[in-house]
Amino acid sequence: MSSCLSGNEAVAYAIKQINPDVMGAFPITPSTEIPEYFADYVASGEVNTEYVTVESEHSSMSVCIAAQAAGARSVSATSSCGLALMYELLYIAASCRLPITLACVNRTLSGPININNDYSDSMGARDTGWIQIYAENNQEAYDNFLMAMPIGESPGIRLPVMTCMDGFITSHAIENIELLETDAVRRFIGDYNPENFLLKKENPLAVGPYDVSAYYMEHKVQEAEAMKAAKARILEVAAEFEKISGRYYGLFEEYRMEDAELALVLIGSSAGTAKAAIDRLREEGVKAGLVKIRVFRPFPGEELARALANTRVVAVMDKSEGFSANGGPLFAETRSALYDLKERPYLIDIVYGLGGRDLKTEDIEKVFSRLADIALTGEIGPIYTHMGQRSKEEIE
Amino acid sequence: MIKAKDINERTPWQDLTPGGEIYEPGTARAFNTGTWRTNTPVFHEEACKHCMLCVPFCPDSSIPVKDGKRLAFDYMYCKGCGICENVCPFKAITMVSGGVAL
Repeated sequence: MSSCLSGNEAVAYAIKQINPDVMGAFPITPSTEIPEYFADYVASGEVNTEYVTVESEHSSMSVCIAAQAAGARSVSATSSCGLALMYELLYIAASCRLPITLACVNRTLSGPININNDYSDSMGARDTGWIQIYAENNQEAYDNFLMAMPIGESPGIRLPVMTCMDGFITSHAIENIELLETDAVRRFIGDYNPENFLLKKENPLAVGPYDVSAYYMEHKVQEAEAMKAAKARILEVAAEFEKISGRYYGLFEEYRMEDAELALVLIGSSAGTAKAAIDRLREEGVKAGLVKIRVFRPFPGEELARALANTRVVAVMDKSEGFSANGGPLFAETRSALYDLKERPYLIDIVYGLGGRDLKTEDIEKVFSRLADIALTGEIGPIYTHMGQRSKEEIE
Repeated sequence: MIKAKDINERTPWQDLTPGGEIYEPGTARAFNTGTWRTNTPVFHEEACKHCMLCVPFCPDSSIPVKDGKRLAFDYMYCKGCGICENVCPFKAITMVSGGVAL
């Protein structure tokens, strides 16, 4: 059925359709509306979720961890500093192998304090052991949330899943969206029946015991193997989802990449802007293409290397500054993925869009003209630059 | 379902439980913390007046009591802290170096 919803409304509606056992609810801009809309469903009796209002995000994730360990399906939503406050618990959730689902509405981190979009929140959590799936638009935000549980809860995976969408750009803008029927959603998600849980009377479970150094490494290897295995499971779930929705999802989306010589790699809503710019450039005969990363954890390194193998110059566009002094996090992953190629394209990193700095189609065109120059001259120039800031020097 | 007693420091990662979860209660019984001991108390029964002062001072459960009399040390619990030697008014406990009293 067709509807008109903001990204936050779409995720709240997905949660309503799923009817999870527990929600750890705490507000923070721009994810506040998710628990807010969902509170309506709770109040009107449309769901029977235990809606736990807590005093902080540290507690909302703690509630989810305890509930999931007890055998309950639990969800939460947060942004920015809220995710940062969950940091310790994100590791606990993942290492206890509790498949919680978290809607992360991406907002930059303080400071200076700012409520707008970039990925510094979820990129800061990229090594916590959570699966991370990013949405370009409202439809993907809804679809990704529905796919999260069948991925994370799969017995061979058992990892928590963070579905990410761009704060305000996606979370608050209203778009046309195709919703599934609730019955179809329930069938797709299925019941949550973990083999063991805290209060199982046959064998009461102890979760998160102290792990001495003789065991810790083995448990981390288990977690790493689960994350590797998640790649296949994500594709399996996407294939099942396609059957009920008609919408196809991969680890990333390739846009006009068949014969692309110049390409971008980026995440999220900027892909819409990039596609518009690429369409225009294609009319002028520029062989431009885009890879939009959907799944960042596990990172689809081998697949990305294959997708970029025949390009000549690639710009990775990072919407978060990692302060590595060596490029942003998406650049680090992409460059590492390309290392095993026999013939590698030139690769540059452009950090853009921090704290909600706008990205226009003209900006994308400027990036492509820089890529074209590199292809023509073979001179790569500065590898790691920022775009969109006011500057005395113009690096374009 | 693997039991705690079947897991040890030679178990490969493939055979450990996810995240180290434990599927049964009371597994502390299988964990001998007395192996941490570097000093060991020795009980001299002939000097003991069974005043029971050492019993509540023991931070663990190393001094069993039966019928109003303290029994020999239960080294499964003893970390060798030496508090018992310190509080004994009758020199009925002496600490020796090492994890085992020879």
